[in-house]
Amino acid sequence: MTRPQRAAPFIPSRIRAGDLLRLGSAGLVAKPARAVLSALGVAIGVAAMVAVLGISASSQARLDAQLDALGTNLFSATSAPPVTGPPVPLPPNASERAGRLPGIEQSAAVGTVAAVGVYRNALVDPGRTGGLTVTAADLTLIDVVAGTMRTGHWLDQATSRFPATVLGTAAAQRLGVSAPGGLVRIGDQNVLVIGILDPVPLAPELDYAALIGMPVAQTMYGFDGSPTRLYLRIEETSIRAVRPLIAPAVQPGTPAAVAVTRPSDALAAVDAVDETLTGMLVGLGSIALLVGAVGVANTMIISVIERRREIGLRRALGATRGHIRLQFLIEALVLSALGGAAGAVIGSLATAGVALASGWPVVVPLVVVVVGVASTLAVGAIAGLYPAIRAARTPPNTALSS
Amino acid sequence: MSALLELSDVVRVYGSPPVTALAGVNLAVATGEFVAVVGASGSGKSTLLNIIGTLDRPTSGRLSIDGVDTIDLTDAELSALRARRLGFVFQQFHLREGTSARDNVAEGLLYTGMPRRERLALALTALRRVGLEHRVTHLPHQLSGGERQRVAIARAVVGDPPLLLADEPTGNLDSRSGNAVVELLHELNAAGTTIVVITHDVQLAGQLPRQVRLSDGRVVSDSSRKVAS
Ligand SMILES: Nc1ncnc2c1ncn2[C@@H]1O[C@H](COP(=O)(O)OP(=O)(O)O)[C@@H](O)[C@H]1O
Ligand SMILES: [Mg+2]
Repeated sequence: MTRPQRAAPFIPSRIRAGDLLRLGSAGLVAKPARAVLSALGVAIGVAAMVAVLGISASSQARLDAQLDALGTNLFSATSAPPVTGPPVPLPPNASERAGRLPGIEQSAAVGTVAAVGVYRNALVDPGRTGGLTVTAADLTLIDVVAGTMRTGHWLDQATSRFPATVLGTAAAQRLGVSAPGGLVRIGDQNVLVIGILDPVPLAPELDYAALIGMPVAQTMYGFDGSPTRLYLRIEETSIRAVRPLIAPAVQPGTPAAVAVTRPSDALAAVDAVDETLTGMLVGLGSIALLVGAVGVANTMIISVIERRREIGLRRALGATRGHIRLQFLIEALVLSALGGAAGAVIGSLATAGVALASGWPVVVPLVVVVVGVASTLAVGAIAGLYPAIRAARTPPNTALSS
Repeated sequence: MSALLELSDVVRVYGSPPVTALAGVNLAVATGEFVAVVGASGSGKSTLLNIIGTLDRPTSGRLSIDGVDTIDLTDAELSALRARRLGFVFQQFHLREGTSARDNVAEGLLYTGMPRRERLALALTALRRVGLEHRVTHLPHQLSGGERQRVAIARAVVGDPPLLLADEPTGNLDSRSGNAVVELLHELNAAGTTIVVITHDVQLAGQLPRQVRLSDGRVVSDSSRKVAS
């Protein structure tokens, strides 16, 4: 009896990556309905994540585009309610004073014409102003606030001296005016409507105003020339330096009586509200993913139990425990990748649907794709790990025992 | 002739309460032999084949295959041994449903790391060898029992292992298919493959040059009837 030597050099068992991948998917192809059902949870989770992030990114893109078009360099100055005493009105030359600051590109003043209302006609009770104001406006106003005309014309040198008005969009609606050429009643005068504005996102107060020229306001309605609000366009690069100088320039004696705001901040703040909602929905998506992971794990465990014979056979054919583990891990990964891909498509379609319906640009940001792929792989790996380890523990003699 | 397979004092005790499936088996099989293992049900035949095939480890004793002492080998090393030096044939065929005969046979080489194209080429040769060149693309359920077992045999020998182990290979077959399978095993043996086969089939066992009889986990007779060749 010759005493055998320990191992002449062994060529270890080996399997090609492509074959492993084929094995991993073959297990799923064998039971397609089950694969689809267990991938569903992952699909829903990824779809929710992609849609939520995509929709929020699309709405953000719309907001960015809007802010870009409107500019974030518009500032507004009003008389701030003082701690004690009556409010200090802005001085009549406030616009010129502010305009002299370096870095101010354009300025415009508006002033509410006190105690004068705007009505459909002479028959309306003067007490019922309908929340509309009569506002005297500089000619530069429309450019400063990036306003556009829905119809008709903006005020000019001539029309600002005559009883003519440009209506804000809400004012026109309330007064029942849809086209220029008609008359409305301002105070005790009939006034010609020469134009209607589009909504002004950076100065929503103008939507509710009947705008008339400064000269006519002073001559016909006794406007005292003190503006109630200044609109200032500041050179982008000077904003930081100029902003604190506005109040002292307007009211050198009582700068605290001037409040300076940036209307675009209010628009951007809409997004902050969105973020909370996004967070909540991402949370829901994560829960769906978790449920999906449990589904995948469950399917894999059943599959491992059902396929003990196959595992035994593979061990007999030379598979190592590692090969078995990898096969089932890959199967779980393929399963969850299937769900992930379907979810990404569904989520992107939902994003596109919502964005197109709302007239936003369609944005599926890269981070969404990364999050989708990463969460899919994580789900597959976590859900597949235990079943794969269990599969690898199947004793090799399982194929023989009948 | 060198011993391809050598067992000395192999004991296998299962679980608790302990069941002694093998109670000290000594057996040497030389290269080129065709050995039948016979015995009553529960005598330890399958346990013996599992241990010879390194699918199970003996509780004590030694086993060497093809000059390799298997007792100290790691699990991965045993896998490597099975991948290249052993072929298995089972009573239930264990073919993969929904996969062609050729792909099933090619799986016999899966864990050698051979590229798929080469595996498929060798699978074709092996199918020809078992007389199934006309069943290459058939799925298992489209084949008769005898054909399925021949596919399984092709899978076992596609890598040309020196040792082929079969547990009741004709157990699920009618006598005609069974005879064809036995004939095929004879051909493979004649071509140089050493074969150990467990069988209940008296007729099959009677044809073989050597019969090892187990009873209660021991070899009770070992009739080496030398055949002239
Ligand atoms: N996995 C196992 N666990 C416990 N006992 C087993 C196991 N496998 C086999 N046995 C026992 O070992 C003995 C031999 O079984 P086996 O090798 O299958 O015999 P045979 O194949 O000759 O019918 C029997 O008593 C059987 O019950
Ligand atoms: Mg048995």
